[in-house]
Amino acid sequence: MTEIGSPVAQAPSPSPNEASTFDTTTARKQWQIILRRFARHRAALFGLVLFVILVVFAFMGGLFWQYSYTDLGFKRYLPPSVDHPFGTDRLGGDMVALIIRGMQFSLQIAMVVAFLSTLIGVVLGALAGYLKGWVDTLISRFIDLMLVIPGFVIAAVLVRNSFVVSVAGGSGGSNWLIVALYLGLIMWLQIARVIRGMVLSLREKEFVEAARALGASTFRIVFRHILPNTIDVIIVNATLAIAQAVLLEAALSFIGLGVQSPDTSLGLMISLNKNELTQHPWLFFTPFVFIVLISLAVNFIGDGLRDAFDPRQKRVKA
Amino acid sequence: MFRYIIRRLLISIPLLIVASFLCFGLVNAMGDPLGEWKLQKARTPAEIAAAYERTGYNKPFVERYVSWAGDFVTGDWGESVVPGNAGRPVKDELLKAFGVTLRLILGAELIALLLGIAVGVIGAVRQYSIFDYTATGISFAMFSMPLFCVALVLKAGGIELNNWLESLGADRWIITAGPPGDGFGGSFGEQVFQYSGAYILPTISLVVIQFALYSRFQRASMLETLNADYVRTAQAKGVSEARSIFRHAFRNALIPIITVSSLNIGAGFGGAVITETVFGWSGMGKFLIEAIVKIEPFQVLGFMMVTAVFIIAFNLIADILYAFLDPRIRLD
Repeated sequence: MTEIGSPVAQAPSPSPNEASTFDTTTARKQWQIILRRFARHRAALFGLVLFVILVVFAFMGGLFWQYSYTDLGFKRYLPPSVDHPFGTDRLGGDMVALIIRGMQFSLQIAMVVAFLSTLIGVVLGALAGYLKGWVDTLISRFIDLMLVIPGFVIAAVLVRNSFVVSVAGGSGGSNWLIVALYLGLIMWLQIARVIRGMVLSLREKEFVEAARALGASTFRIVFRHILPNTIDVIIVNATLAIAQAVLLEAALSFIGLGVQSPDTSLGLMISLNKNELTQHPWLFFTPFVFIVLISLAVNFIGDGLRDAFDPRQKRVKA
Repeated sequence: MFRYIIRRLLISIPLLIVASFLCFGLVNAMGDPLGEWKLQKARTPAEIAAAYERTGYNKPFVERYVSWAGDFVTGDWGESVVPGNAGRPVKDELLKAFGVTLRLILGAELIALLLGIAVGVIGAVRQYSIFDYTATGISFAMFSMPLFCVALVLKAGGIELNNWLESLGADRWIITAGPPGDGFGGSFGEQVFQYSGAYILPTISLVVIQFALYSRFQRASMLETLNADYVRTAQAKGVSEARSIFRHAFRNALIPIITVSSLNIGAGFGGAVITETVFGWSGMGKFLIEAIVKIEPFQVLGFMMVTAVFIIAFNLIADILYAFLDPRIRLD
């Protein structure tokens, strides 16, 4: 959220410096209020801590763990033990090391997807809502089109088209980015619709009219005046998109249109081990549990953020 | 209203044309449908020419599209082209797959919707009660699970159950290879036994995910209406609690979920890819995946046209229902 993120932190703060010289108490900035509300949300805080632990485990764990995912010399199908807490797989690889690597890919994909889908969705949604007219028609019809064309067809083109594959590093090369791009390209529809609706009503507000009267450019009005008012929806959606992306990537890998070797992901690990479910259950359930943990943590964070942004959510009982 | 519906339907015709053209282009970009066949062994030039004649890939792209579109509007949806299973009419296979998907999703959607609404409403009325916390926790957990894992675990559990039943001397109950195409035979009791065995696991795995979505959605919208001014007004006037909850809050809280579920059902006709794959149902989802894997241009196009019609129709139904339930919204 490069362009959108920066003005947001300052935008809603009603010049607290001047107020503090008069008052004995310092006015709280809006983001401080939101942070406090978030910090009081126990489930959300739990989700945040869990998520940080998972991210650290995925990206730093490899430095401290005794085995690498390239070590394949262990006895095959060892059940969980002190030496191999998650056991070993059918090639004799250590599952802890494999899980760490799988989580890296899953999280990378999820982050790229969340960033990409939010960026595309917010920009196109805001343009459609603000400019109306033919731009709106064009973007809205394009969204309709994307809803109608089966997503798997687009996925198959990206995963199999020889040109796309060669750009990404040749067949047998790295393809996690293709999967991430594809998911980003289909997941922006929802946020675009929501933002369009919000901008449609925000553009009629007095402060937008004032900005327009002062001669602000369209770009400035959209990105400095209108979009900061939708930041709550944007942040919550971007957060939840991470969880969605992890789950969707897993589903794609299961169907065979997702991440392929030599890359890996938690979803691919589950699919590869789906026949071990009864014989060697730890091979199936370890990546499964980590997927659930990631998406559970992210969903808790998203829920807490939603409550923190919207004070009406904390309401009295009927 | 009538003019609105007509206009929306007219707009969707160019949408379908553009979508089918794009879809044709995408299938084209997947590669040559005969690529694998040509690699299998040496083919004579005559063989290859005949195969390309069948796929149409010897003609320019636009010409192929126009000839497909011309056939399509007259009811000829083309044939499968990849050698090995070539010459099968797309329409018959697609309609068969559609029937399978229809039987699978309708029941599951209905159960998920009713269960979701009930749990959501109770959770909102008794907010922060033990029931609310339990229901929220369960739906959160379901929401965070990859569906195919749930389905795989259910399938493994079903096989275990079968083995256990067999060890007791009973018949195997759960069927994990899909229902037979020509239905089950036998007495009424036997049919119930067989149908339930085939339907129960896929239905559960579909309900799990949809239920999580619906109950969370319903809880949020019910909380919204329970705290609305008009409900407080009603209670202040002395309307009983039950009446204020059901006549005032509940009816309005149904509006958003009806829109969401009709969009969901519209998309559902495209098949439940994961569930169908795991439990071996030859429905729409499996049809599409197989068509994509083989690169069958006309099968993919036929699939897209059928599902597009349902997506467009249910989008329209959602908008009409929305206007019907909320008089403040006017369609024009």
